[in-house]
Amino acid sequence: MTVAQVTLENVGKTFQTGRPPSPLHALGPVDLTLERGEFFAVVGPSGCGKSTLLEVIAGLTPATEGRVEFEGRAIAGEPPDGIGIVFQEDATLPWLNVADNVAFGLRRSSLGAGEKKSRVANALNLVGLSDFATSYPAQLSGGMRQRVCIARTLVMEPRLILLDEPFGALDQQTRLLMGDEVLRLWRQTGATVFLITHALDEATMLADRIGVMSARPGRLIDVVETHWPRDRDSRIVEHPEFGAITARLWKTLREESMKTIGRAGV
Amino acid sequence: MRRPLWLYRLAVVATLVVVLEVLCLTGVIDKITMQAPHLMARDLYRMLVTGRMNGAIAKTATNTLISFVLAMTAGILTGVVLHRHRMMRDTLDPLFATYYAVPIFAFYPFLIVVFGLGDTPQILIGFMLGVVAVIVNTLNGLDRVPTVLSKTARVLRLSHADTALSMTLPAAAPYILTGIKLAVAYAFIGVIGSEFIMSRGGIGYEISFAYTNFDNATMYPLIVLIVIASVAINGLLSLWERRLLGRRGLQ
Repeated sequence: MTVAQVTLENVGKTFQTGRPPSPLHALGPVDLTLERGEFFAVVGPSGCGKSTLLEVIAGLTPATEGRVEFEGRAIAGEPPDGIGIVFQEDATLPWLNVADNVAFGLRRSSLGAGEKKSRVANALNLVGLSDFATSYPAQLSGGMRQRVCIARTLVMEPRLILLDEPFGALDQQTRLLMGDEVLRLWRQTGATVFLITHALDEATMLADRIGVMSARPGRLIDVVETHWPRDRDSRIVEHPEFGAITARLWKTLREESMKTIGRAGV
Repeated sequence: MRRPLWLYRLAVVATLVVVLEVLCLTGVIDKITMQAPHLMARDLYRMLVTGRMNGAIAKTATNTLISFVLAMTAGILTGVVLHRHRMMRDTLDPLFATYYAVPIFAFYPFLIVVFGLGDTPQILIGFMLGVVAVIVNTLNGLDRVPTVLSKTARVLRLSHADTALSMTLPAAAPYILTGIKLAVAYAFIGVIGSEFIMSRGGIGYEISFAYTNFDNATMYPLIVLIVIASVAINGLLSLWERRLLGRRGLQ
């Protein structure tokens, strides 16, 4: 049984930049349905509007065309309750220690102090930072700071987690390990995960379905299903299908990427 | 490894004091010009113990504090508002840039005419000197708040006021603190400077009064008091700043 959680119909985004190229048609039209609890990844050439798509779903940027719905309600202008985002950039608050950073996610929440505390402890435990609760972000590595941001999102218990290239700035080994953690958190929380990435193998390793975007204006030109078991980790890269799926993604993407660097047909 | 720089610093000051002491005691500097430092210290001690300057000290301290708090509050609020209103900011930016070319003290007689020879003109001079430094540094700090933080605030569904208080201002704090430090110094300069020019009391007035009466036993201890007070306050602020920056890994 599948339940649609996010629905995009004919969604597009055009920016009035005020100087050429203007208007800039960045995105769309995109039609997409995310099912509750699925792991959906999006890959695409750089500058294709991946992040714009994520911001439109999040309610951070209003779509200029079409309709976006989250749990049956139209998203208009501001992020609705139930969505958490982890950005590529470091979004930790440098003046707060790790525990306070994570607790910041519950700032608007009406939970009691005890419940907040236990949620923070639980989230810190999930991302493996319990021993660093009183450290400040400046004392942590880039990967650890991203885990702080993930924990800050988890305490809100979002039903949809949007990840905007959260591991883009990390080294390959850390990225693989973070991927394992995201898979574990995805299973444990039951949330829907929508991941933007430029790494094809990362998309293949993590997602149930992978959307391939075209060059600007970004449209979905292919959606690949991986059919991985729900209980999986980074060792899935050894699966015989892994290479085939990644190859299919690259085949579709190669031509599109060429367009963006202006050498179509090479 | 941390060199004991503060020790060297202390040594420099101590050497200067000793040189001055020697020059005074040997008569190179005569008594009518300057007292020996140890006499300044003695007179300052007596002044504080007898409390004969307490009124002046209290007046200057109160006015400086009011002046500083006004400049800080108005400066931060104005900075936050201007940061949200692009057109207003673009209009005012060039005025801020040239503001410190204006000798603010020139307005003092005018302020006395309007407000009378009470505390208000002195407080206003200190305020006018400091407020723009706070505005400019607040704007600078707010400009440097990463966009990812404002996006985070929106995802967490914080109100505008909560976003400013819990996220934007703390993020900009190191820059705002630079403005605050300047506002403290300007409040001192504005208040004591105005007291010098024309007033009915305060440390600046007493120094000026002592000067015209060749009263070195009052003038020099008061100067020493001002130096000690401003260095101490600045030192405390710097200490706080270092802790703040250290925690953020900026030092």
